[in-house]
Amino acid sequence: MFNLTGKSALVTGATGGIGGAVAKALHAQGAQVAISGTRREALEALATELGNRVHIVPANLSDRDSVEALIPAAEAALGQVDILVNNAGVTRDNLFMRMKDEEWETVLRVNLEAAFRLSRAVIKGMMKRRWGRIVSVTSVIGTTGNAGQANYAASKAGLIGMSKSLAQEVASRNITVNCIAPGFIATPMTDVLNEKQREGILTKVPMARLGTPEDIAAAAVYLASDEAAYLTGQTLHINGGMTMI
Amino acid sequence: MSDIADRVKKIVVEHLGVEPEKVIDSANFIDDLGADSLDTVELVMAFEEEFSVEIPDDAAETIRTVGDAVSFLEKKAA
Ligand SMILES: NC(=O)c1ccc[n+]([C@@H]2O[C@H](COP(=O)([O-])OP(=O)(O)OC[C@H]3O[C@@H](n4cnc5c(N)ncnc54)[C@H](OP(=O)(O)O)[C@@H]3O)[C@@H](O)[C@H]2O)c1
Repeated sequence: MFNLTGKSALVTGATGGIGGAVAKALHAQGAQVAISGTRREALEALATELGNRVHIVPANLSDRDSVEALIPAAEAALGQVDILVNNAGVTRDNLFMRMKDEEWETVLRVNLEAAFRLSRAVIKGMMKRRWGRIVSVTSVIGTTGNAGQANYAASKAGLIGMSKSLAQEVASRNITVNCIAPGFIATPMTDVLNEKQREGILTKVPMARLGTPEDIAAAAVYLASDEAAYLTGQTLHINGGMTMI
Repeated sequence: MSDIADRVKKIVVEHLGVEPEKVIDSANFIDDLGADSLDTVELVMAFEEEFSVEIPDDAAETIRTVGDAVSFLEKKAA
């Protein structure tokens, strides 16, 4: 089960906590992986750790030209992209009334628009081959909203709506499009929380712990696999029971 | 019938799984041959591959019938 031998995957945000775990997990199941991020040294360190079947494709997803160049670069390295994991994401938190245009635009551009452009660029090849997997990492916040995160919530809810629409268009071609919505996962993104915030969050999590990147990576492996062929347009909520949807 | 027309019709028959007799110049992919909008995108992709040409989106939108495809590709080849 969940054998990805012979499949090629591109993971964005692979220099981060969740993306790194996703890249490792896909690789462990036999996939060839292309890892992307802005920090080349971090990509090189991960590539060294993985050894073979790995390629580095740096890109800055807030830059349109860099986004447009990413899929061609990944296809050149991998031969083709069978599995796309849109995982890169940023936050620029602020109260709604104080939110700057720039904070709104950056978050929408990296979290949503880049996923649109990358998905559009891989879908043609997937249609020709009659097989494809697109997995986007959204967030529990995309469903619940969160004070101070209007931009982030909009981008993550946007990913869900985009995925459902694309899923309907390409389902007949054996391409599935799904989302994973993590709750609170221990990564650099949540390291910024102080002890009090952390405790506050944990009172709302029945599992009484933060999730691990591996909790998310396991879902990515499943969604990328042949076994998940009948699952499309869905969002897997992995949040320790924090919200039950 | 030109060689281009033959190749176009072969692609249409194979891709849409329709009777060759139905694939006449005036046949509209969607109305007459049962294609959906995704099929029309795929037909264009197949034509691009078969004839090694690039068909931009605005041109693709004008290709509605078998005859449209043949004349577009004949012009490209000329
Ligand atoms: N941690 C959580 O609790 C949690 C909860 C829900 C959802 N998520 C989502 O999970 C995903 C991964 O987050 P994480 O927790 O692993 O965070 P992280 O460790 O901060 O990683 C974020 C990743 O995004 C990449 N990235 C950011 N801006 C980029 C840009 N302009 N161009 C290219 N790449 C960029 C980063 O690459 P570089 O560092 O190389 O620039 C990094 O690899 C995000 O979409 C996040 O919203 C996380």
